[in-house]
Amino acid sequence: MDELMSDVMEPVITEKGCLPGCLTGRGCIIYVVIIAIVALLASRLPVVMPEVSVPAEPIFTIPGLGFAVTNSLLATWLTMLLLIVGSILVTRNLQMIPSGIQNLVEWGLSVLLDLTENVAGERGRSFFPLVTTIFIFLLMSNWMGLLPGFASVGLIHEAHDGGHEVSTISLAGIDVHLLRAQEVGEHETGYTVFAFLRSAATDLNTPLALALISVAATQVVGLRAQGRQYLKKFISFDDVMGLVVGPLELVSEFAKIISFSFRLFGNIFAGEVLLAVLAFIVPYLVSIPFFGLELFVGLMQAFVFAILTLVFMAMATTGHGPEGEEH
Amino acid sequence: MAAGDLIEFGKLVGAGLAMGLGAIGPGIGIGLLGAGAMQAIGRNPEATGQIQTNMILGIVFAEAVAIYALVTALILKFV
Repeated sequence: MDELMSDVMEPVITEKGCLPGCLTGRGCIIYVVIIAIVALLASRLPVVMPEVSVPAEPIFTIPGLGFAVTNSLLATWLTMLLLIVGSILVTRNLQMIPSGIQNLVEWGLSVLLDLTENVAGERGRSFFPLVTTIFIFLLMSNWMGLLPGFASVGLIHEAHDGGHEVSTISLAGIDVHLLRAQEVGEHETGYTVFAFLRSAATDLNTPLALALISVAATQVVGLRAQGRQYLKKFISFDDVMGLVVGPLELVSEFAKIISFSFRLFGNIFAGEVLLAVLAFIVPYLVSIPFFGLELFVGLMQAFVFAILTLVFMAMATTGHGPEGEEH
Repeated sequence: MAAGDLIEFGKLVGAGLAMGLGAIGPGIGIGLLGAGAMQAIGRNPEATGQIQTNMILGIVFAEAVAIYALVTALILKFV
């Protein structure tokens, strides 16, 4: 068998035989053992059918204002806390010649700064803080949403219809309720979980807020760079083309808000639903490659949001350019 | 058939159609992007890095349209 696939097996064959993990007769045993363990776990600890809720669930209410704090808001605050504390820790003893964490962060920021200057030119440096903040905040919050505990650990609430039975165990004096996989019959009260934390972008409010900030900042930047001229993009009586295209540009600005927010919301929310439903269908195994997909998608969505903001700001400052330019 | 059942039926069929039909366009679009990128890399292998970056960017935009369809389907099914 070794001579049959010798060109493929050559990197993994040593003098003592195949390296552990490659798929020979003995190596297969490991995979069989892993699958057997996972199957045992899946039969003893079944995964609960996920309850998908598009709006974020409120966790508690601030008494004075009557303002309901939702789980995505808690996750946003946690992201902010981590970023602020991280920034303070990194910038504590700034050296002229960086080393360690400061070096790493400076490298990351310099990559982003090069990208910004490639896209927006020298003026790009003034857009850099907002764009990079959006990128880092979204990256952190998307990736944090993949940690265990998000969207799974929370308060038990009675479900309106359907729901699951609950079993209670006592850990160190505190009652911990676990949802069991059986659904309740008719006319019984079922329970569902209102998770404490839920990735910030899975609630439509956060992407909408960021989109509004992006588009508003683009208008401000355009007005500051071009002054009154900027409004000629929307309302222009110079020529017929300008008259027709103006309202289209105005509508397109609002379409940008919607597309920004729904692109981010759809990707991250659908990713969360996908992971939960896959874990229910084939427990513990099939979710693993999809976690990798979610890592990639979280990174790409943060990147695309930031780059689009940057590109629109750059387009708002340069305008159409001098009309007599050769094409 | 009760009116509530009809609405349930409509919602489910709508969700299925939304995602199914909504994936046709982006699927074709992403395929075209990939084909263009392959041709470009074939002509100029040195520019692979830049071509790949721009292809990923284009694919993210095309996929966003499919995500709008997915959000519509999710809202129909769960709200």
